[in-house]
Amino acid sequence: MSVDKETVKKIASLSRIAVTEAEADALVPELNNILGWVEQLGEVDCSKVEPMTAVIPNKLRLRDDVVSDGNVRDKVLANAPVAEHGFFGVPKVIE
Amino acid sequence: MAEIFELGIAGIRTGVASGDFTAKEVAETFIDRVSAAKSLNAVLVETPDHALAAAEATDKAKAAGETLGKMAGVPIGMKDLFCTEGVATTAGSVILDGFTPQYESTVSANLFKAGAGMLGKLNMDQFAMGSSNETSAFGNVISPWRRNDGGNTDLAPGGSSGGSAAVVSGRICPAATGTDTGGSIRQPAAFVGITGFKPTYGRCSRWGTIAFASSLDQAGPMAHDVRDCAIMLEAMTGFDPKDSTSLDLPVPEWEAGLKSDLTGKRIGIPKEYRVDNMPPEIDALWQQGIEWLKDAGAKIVDVSLPHTKYALPAYYIIAPAEASSNLARYDGVRYGMRDLPDGAGLQDMYAATRESGFGPEVKRRIMIGTYVLSAGYYDAYYTQAQKVRTLISQDFDKAWESCDLLLTPTAPSAAFGLGEKADDPLAMYLNDVFTVPSSLAGLPAMSVPAGLDGQGLPLGLQIIGKALDEQGVFNAGLALEERAGFVAKPEQWW
Repeated sequence: MSVDKETVKKIASLSRIAVTEAEADALVPELNNILGWVEQLGEVDCSKVEPMTAVIPNKLRLRDDVVSDGNVRDKVLANAPVAEHGFFGVPKVIE
Repeated sequence: MAEIFELGIAGIRTGVASGDFTAKEVAETFIDRVSAAKSLNAVLVETPDHALAAAEATDKAKAAGETLGKMAGVPIGMKDLFCTEGVATTAGSVILDGFTPQYESTVSANLFKAGAGMLGKLNMDQFAMGSSNETSAFGNVISPWRRNDGGNTDLAPGGSSGGSAAVVSGRICPAATGTDTGGSIRQPAAFVGITGFKPTYGRCSRWGTIAFASSLDQAGPMAHDVRDCAIMLEAMTGFDPKDSTSLDLPVPEWEAGLKSDLTGKRIGIPKEYRVDNMPPEIDALWQQGIEWLKDAGAKIVDVSLPHTKYALPAYYIIAPAEASSNLARYDGVRYGMRDLPDGAGLQDMYAATRESGFGPEVKRRIMIGTYVLSAGYYDAYYTQAQKVRTLISQDFDKAWESCDLLLTPTAPSAAFGLGEKADDPLAMYLNDVFTVPSSLAGLPAMSVPAGLDGQGLPLGLQIIGKALDEQGVFNAGLALEERAGFVAKPEQWW
């Protein structure tokens, strides 16, 4: 499988990364190089193998369903590029 | 007596405890070393006040006759992947420009609780994606080492923990934290002639450590020698309910358990690690390592890890896939920078922020990850890679039937010059050929400096152990260290 320029632009859009036409052109061979190399995994017969889900067997814990943290609004907002009235600020999303 | 700046963790601990010098003198010594080493570009933010405050607390505790912590009086360097409360943290990326964490990562908090102070935040490959420290948005870290050809080519300190490697080998910090996703502690440790340890996945909490690939990321110590790594790892590890993959186990006393007599231990030599184009010097050093471990009483056995060649391609699907998901949080809304072109809406703001905030290697990996996780390609790439990962892990399980530990080289070459491999991502990825398989299997592994090549540059040997057998890895590392007698240090030119 290899990617063309349209696919690269689609991946960039899914990744929310703006690319220029020239950057998309440059990314086609770059990504194809890497994808061509990882394709060798197809040689491995994995028909009887389960995909790994955890490297070290470890049971996921449950904790009591109680509030354990919170009331730190100002800390949460402290690093926001724009914060107003106790909220994150973003450009208008509804016309 | 050795100068204070030449001492590692154990040396400082002994000196402070016996009153040869105060923790304050130690902190002042290393603060000066840090501020005199700006030309290496290893330290992004200097934090002398933090180091001094910790030192004063240690001196006070000693005067009051209190029991001192494991890291009391030891000022360390902190890789800039660890969130440090009130101290700018960037992960080597401008997308986190202006980010000042409001909380402390568990690993750094554990170290501070044990008495360590912080000298500064250390430069690194952007989001830990790189093997040479050339992907940092804040410039290359320059290795303190130089080739013995009389030239002054700037060398890579390895990566991604390149700043950590540079400050420890240059005796600018007595020890530093690192993180290892596919080799980011061990390869730089090998490049600069220091010791670096990656524990079993789950030993160190990942809480507050900026995520790259969550199923692989592990923190670990980078220090002068095996003992220092054991002391520091004890201080870093421990169960943390805030990380769902944290292992709920007591922290072993690795330092007290150090023992270089390997009688009864079987060391496996995996034949698949004999790769094409490996420099003869590295092959010879590996052979020497075998002799050293035999001398320590170990029995050598040949083993096979048949899926080794598929580890790197599997890694370069799994790690970018996890990264594409983890790095989705950098959106210009909650922290870091925002790029809002005139008239742009929310979606355009995301795309512009991420375009200008991420470096080329980070973008490349996010896009690869997005592609292998996208509808129609998920099974062919991502599921297949996770299946191959199972096979790689089973290879190790099978090897453990006939051996207790594995001995391999750490990296397929000595340090290269900055810029020599920067144009070819695939060539750069191959640096991690010996470190990635144990990362995929979550196993503990360490690099021990073992010799110099013909250019006068350090080479490392790697010990890989069974899950949770950090002690076995430390002990075999100690046996190598005692026999290698590695004392070479870079000449101070900076």
